[in-house]
Amino acid sequence: MDQYINTPLTMDKVKGLQAGDYVYITGTIYTARDAAHQRMYQAMEEGKEIPFDLKDSILYYLGPTPAREGQVIGSAGPTTSSRMDKYTPLLLDNGLKGMIGKGKRSKEVVESMVKNKAVYFAAVGGAGALLSKKIKASKVIAYDDLGTEAIRELYVEDFPVIVVIDSKGNNLYEIVLQSS
Amino acid sequence: MRNLHTDEIIKNIKEMCIEANYKLASDVEERVRGAYDQEATALGKQILGQLAENLDIASEDSIPICQDTGMAIIFIKLGQDVHIEGMDLEDAVNEGIRQGYEEGYLRKSVVGDPLIRINTKDNTPGIIHYEIVAGDRVEITVAPKGFGSENMSRVYMLKPSDGVEGVKRAVLETVKLAGPNACPPIVVGVGIGGSFEKCAVLSKKALTRSMDTSSPIEHIRELEDELLLEINQLGIGPGGFGGKVTALGVNIETYPTHIAGLPVAINICCHVNRHVSRVL
Repeated sequence: MDQYINTPLTMDKVKGLQAGDYVYITGTIYTARDAAHQRMYQAMEEGKEIPFDLKDSILYYLGPTPAREGQVIGSAGPTTSSRMDKYTPLLLDNGLKGMIGKGKRSKEVVESMVKNKAVYFAAVGGAGALLSKKIKASKVIAYDDLGTEAIRELYVEDFPVIVVIDSKGNNLYEIVLQSS
Repeated sequence: MRNLHTDEIIKNIKEMCIEANYKLASDVEERVRGAYDQEATALGKQILGQLAENLDIASEDSIPICQDTGMAIIFIKLGQDVHIEGMDLEDAVNEGIRQGYEEGYLRKSVVGDPLIRINTKDNTPGIIHYEIVAGDRVEITVAPKGFGSENMSRVYMLKPSDGVEGVKRAVLETVKLAGPNACPPIVVGVGIGGSFEKCAVLSKKALTRSMDTSSPIEHIRELEDELLLEINQLGIGPGGFGGKVTALGVNIETYPTHIAGLPVAINICCHVNRHVSRVL
């Protein structure tokens, strides 16, 4: 089913999303990949603040190419999510509600998603030029020294994703293999 | 003896890094676009449609096809009658990469020490494979490689008794484990024979071979065809969301090996299988 949602990703919206749904997201989302996750995780373990409010937020696992003059952002497709698995349950426990990436997640992440009622979306891997067109604003808000791995605040319009794992733990990747 | 100045090498590598990241070689592009008609599922078709549109946007608006513009893998076939003048060849190759990734607005994805992990900020060093060949020409292939698919690649040290069935099992197992992580539809490069490191290099080289070509060895050509058919029966499909088109092609390279061994390497590449070659 096609769905259009706006951020923040509140509980009522989470409950309406099912594995296999095609979803267009509009609103503010944040980027973080390997190095930024490691830093946020360390900060949280030390009881320090992290650069944005996790409550009802969506994280996009992205490290874009540099923007040309006049472009909002460069190529901007998803990276493989499983590398973030180690850090994800702590983020979910602190309010993160949605993640956009590609590929499988660990058992621990899925269990934490069910416990915290969160959603895992996939964007199409290798479609970074197309996806960049859906990003209307981009600003580095933290960890500038990490270059492409810095945390960015993005404003997206009708950003196309597919629900892979819903808040009940249904997993589209597994469903399609069982039915083939 | 023919002289070749490193300025020529720098300039060409720079241009090839940029070209590879904005426009797929025609053999790969045709497979990506052609996959739409082969796919049966609606979602699979939708994904393949997006990939075709992505290629259009990349070339029309000068945006790299994928944000992972890769680590620069460089194959150099150096004619033994060529004299390189100017700077060190290796430094020249890395200078070409540095200029290409900067001027081409490409992502800097390389960290220096693999454990300390500080970004080198210019995407160097590249990975260079040299081969000394007859003649007075230099053939350079630039193949930027993304790591979503690289991470899903594997080497198997099979026993001779495992035979061709063992090779097939290894390839199918690797593709299944890769699943959605490697951005299907994928291209599969396979190296069979040699030694531990030789088969890995062969598998990478296989990815740079045109998808319009088959192995010149008859039983290997048959194996390429059979593997493609069986991979596309796994049901992984475009994006891993289910469907018929899991792989666009299987290229196999072989080399003689030891009486005790059957090394097999499977190098997975996503549909953005980038490679540009020039002869200087």
